[in-house]
Amino acid sequence: MADATETAEPLLSAKNRKTFKDPFMVNNPITLQVLGICSALAVTAQLKPSLVMGIAVVFVVAGANVTISVIRKFIPVRVRIIVEMTVVATLVILVDQVLRAYAFEVSKQLSLFVGLIITNCIVLGRLEAFAMGNKVWPSFLDGLGNGLSYAAVIAIVGFCREVMGFGQVFGFRVVPQALYDNLGYTNNGLMVLAPGAFIILGLLIWVQRTVSGHVED
Amino acid sequence: MKFLQDIFDKMRPDFEKGGKFEKLYPLFEAKETFTFVTCDRTKSGAHIRDALDTKRLMSTVIVALIPCMLFGIYNVGYQHFRAYGVADPVLMQCVIKGAWHVMPIIIVSYAVGGIWELIFAVTRKHEINEGFLVTGLLVPLTLPPTIPLWMVAAGVSFGVVIGKEVFGGTGMNVFNPALTARAFIFFAYPAAISGDKCWRVVENTTFGAVGGTVVDGFSGATPLLVASTTDTMAVTERLTGFGQATGYADFSWTQSFVGLVPGSIGETSALCCLIGAAILLITGIGSARIMIGGLVGAVCMAALLNAVSIKDPTSMLAIPVKQQLVYGGFMFGLVYMATDPVSATQTAVGKWIYGFLIGTLAILIRTINPAYPEGMMLAILFMNAFAPLIDHFVIAAHMKKRMRRSRESQAYA
Repeated sequence: MADATETAEPLLSAKNRKTFKDPFMVNNPITLQVLGICSALAVTAQLKPSLVMGIAVVFVVAGANVTISVIRKFIPVRVRIIVEMTVVATLVILVDQVLRAYAFEVSKQLSLFVGLIITNCIVLGRLEAFAMGNKVWPSFLDGLGNGLSYAAVIAIVGFCREVMGFGQVFGFRVVPQALYDNLGYTNNGLMVLAPGAFIILGLLIWVQRTVSGHVED
Repeated sequence: MKFLQDIFDKMRPDFEKGGKFEKLYPLFEAKETFTFVTCDRTKSGAHIRDALDTKRLMSTVIVALIPCMLFGIYNVGYQHFRAYGVADPVLMQCVIKGAWHVMPIIIVSYAVGGIWELIFAVTRKHEINEGFLVTGLLVPLTLPPTIPLWMVAAGVSFGVVIGKEVFGGTGMNVFNPALTARAFIFFAYPAAISGDKCWRVVENTTFGAVGGTVVDGFSGATPLLVASTTDTMAVTERLTGFGQATGYADFSWTQSFVGLVPGSIGETSALCCLIGAAILLITGIGSARIMIGGLVGAVCMAALLNAVSIKDPTSMLAIPVKQQLVYGGFMFGLVYMATDPVSATQTAVGKWIYGFLIGTLAILIRTINPAYPEGMMLAILFMNAFAPLIDHFVIAAHMKKRMRRSRESQAYA
């Protein structure tokens, strides 16, 4: 491709590192742009489906970013959304098939939310905002960064919800049985419900904005 | 009081700038302004002189809550002794047994909430918010006497931090913090706060308990819970029949009005709530518009549901109007929580609308959805969310009216 001649800067230049790192803190897709909330609520009741969902999104965002970036100069501007959707849908179907083949239980738990990655605003958002105007390597880094930061956030939410709502991590009991038997401890039913994810997300946003000092305009 | 003043004055330098406890100044300030008048004065600008500051306002609410609290303590003991078949329990025994169970809940609520208040006051460098004085007492009064103390701590933490501090502290909260705390416990630990197991203290190990066994057919069901079960009997017969069958509870109107029925600690007595309402209204702290609006709303909705259910007296819709008003937390919520000046509407017309909708919604939720026999909590929280919207439209309508009037008067001129 034409890109080969254009790559003058080193692979991990300061700019590229920034592209990769920004989504984690300064420009997090969930906690700052508040995108992808739907799946963040729906699949995070336990850690395992959250992680699988995170990996799936990393694959789709990075893959779609690279693909679109490669063909960006041949896409007519008027039909770009359809082209983007086709690419994303292909990748999502791939992920879905792989999950059904190798992780059927989790696939059943995630049910249609894997398919709904197509409608996840983060994916289309990155394609429109970054991949359409950048070279392949930075696009890949951008997709990877955004996907991973999404995965990190929903993993934290999934962890908190599973510990508080079920007393478990990955299905293993972490809250000692003695607490239940002797001290009358009970699992927090609110964390199993969707509002539990909202509360955890809200607290995460609070912590992050306190640390980064970000203020809404 | 002079010696107290002396002690505080001696402590003052330690807490002021440069002192060794400088960081804990909010704690010192709270204690001092609570006991004495503050020594700070407004330095510039016009201001209204009035003895009533936020602290006095909140203290008045505490005074208004005292009848409910005392009666709640007595009732917890009374319900315990009745469950063991003691027909006519001694007053003092009831009070001691009740206090044994209620006081720890109140203490935990104040301690945990107070610690959160202090943490936020210190990090945000402001004075301790007075609002917690009321929240700290309201939360225990809305909980069943058997609630585990750690749940109280979790609920109060949630109420103070998520219900209030995330919005910026006292005066900024969208929802009533005490109800936020109760809602948290209600949805997080449903077994501890709903059903028929939690409303009466029946374990026999602690101080002031009676020996022997629990009476036959014992149930700690609240009136609303009895009414919400499906049965072939008419709802009114079911309520009175429940008392006769078990021999210890009678859900007659008088008994529910006085409050000698199972329920959350402070909410059972409509009579004590009315005394509290009188205190709030005479001192001008509670809004009469909200209270009357709520009553009218509840009466209208209950009457409407009565009319709808005329062919089916077994359904919960058929609870008589006067009964609806004294059951559950309706009175308590209306007097102490709906009138919370922060989360309620601010405009006069808005207060009527707000109160009316709380009344109708509370009755609607508790009768139409038997999963939530306590509709008052949800009704108030729901209307809290709509309070700013109601105010917005009331003000917009007012402006429109004034504009029209001004145009008309210009046209005549």
